[in-house]
Amino acid sequence: MLNRTLEWQIATVAAIRTETARTKTFTLSLPAWVRHLPGQHYDLRLTAPDDYQAQRSYSIASEPEREGEIDLTVESLPGGEVSGYLHDVLVPGDRLEVRGPIGGYFVWEVSRGGPLLLVAGGSGVVPLMSMLRHRRAVGSSVPARLLYSSRTPEDVIYADELKSLQEGGDGLEVIHTFTRSQPAGWTGYARRIDPDMLKEIYRPLGGKTQVFICGPTLLVEAAADGLVAAGLAPERIKTERFGPSGGSV
Amino acid sequence: MDEPLDGAHELMLDGNAAAGILYEIFGQEMTAGPIECGGCGREGELGSLLAFAPAPGFVLRCPACEQVILRIVQTPDHVYLDARGAVYLRFVRQAA
Repeated sequence: MLNRTLEWQIATVAAIRTETARTKTFTLSLPAWVRHLPGQHYDLRLTAPDDYQAQRSYSIASEPEREGEIDLTVESLPGGEVSGYLHDVLVPGDRLEVRGPIGGYFVWEVSRGGPLLLVAGGSGVVPLMSMLRHRRAVGSSVPARLLYSSRTPEDVIYADELKSLQEGGDGLEVIHTFTRSQPAGWTGYARRIDPDMLKEIYRPLGGKTQVFICGPTLLVEAAADGLVAAGLAPERIKTERFGPSGGSV
Repeated sequence: MDEPLDGAHELMLDGNAAAGILYEIFGQEMTAGPIECGGCGREGELGSLLAFAPAPGFVLRCPACEQVILRIVQTPDHVYLDARGAVYLRFVRQAA
């Protein structure tokens, strides 16, 4: 893996699935597929007829146990040069230039142990989903909690799959917070992530917890600061902030 | 380049965002390896640095003291790597 050259390859769009009003999952078949680590990303490059290029990084949503292809879940951002193209123009069978997998920092696999606390804001859930899918695929029962902040229930990506992962009874708990509107009869969290919420969620997992936080900058900072205030060592917290440019890295 | 960070946080990423360009420069994954800040002596993984990515490059800062540690600029034919802010950067030797 260390000596692997990071080369561009031409992926074929095998499928496109609508996840929410603003997110779609693109399944890409890769001629030179390489097993990734959950949390890694791919670079994607578009070239216009006049050779103008736009490049973005997108987190892998799928588990590494799925061979030959990857899922990238992409949020459509207003004015997003690349995300707009992917959402509005791309159809199955189209080809895309990609390179990856990339990144060795914001990664987790079962061999690294737990407990695991994942904190997501919006489409920040994507790399964390790769970790949870991997955890399930290998039959791990490492204690894990996902705290997932969304504006409304309709904005939750992978809602059904998260529900069924939680019902698997292997030690995963999914905790939602809805910041703008909640389902009827909702008794769970209905506010932005704050220190009290983090304390409640982190405490049962204990001081050896490994934390991965992904989302918009403000959420990432609030969550990281809150966990440090709750007594977690900063070295146990890994973050991935969203860019302003449409990439999920 | 050491202007205050006020207002820049919206544009901030993490060192992992520079993983692709660092791979291009060093020929291997770099973001899990340690780098020491020349300003405050903090040692941490490259992926834990703060990254600012206005085209055409990256600026990586220390999350503790916010000093600039690395600057990377790409032109069509070259890459400039300014590592003045680092005491060292450690990575795995590649077998010959």
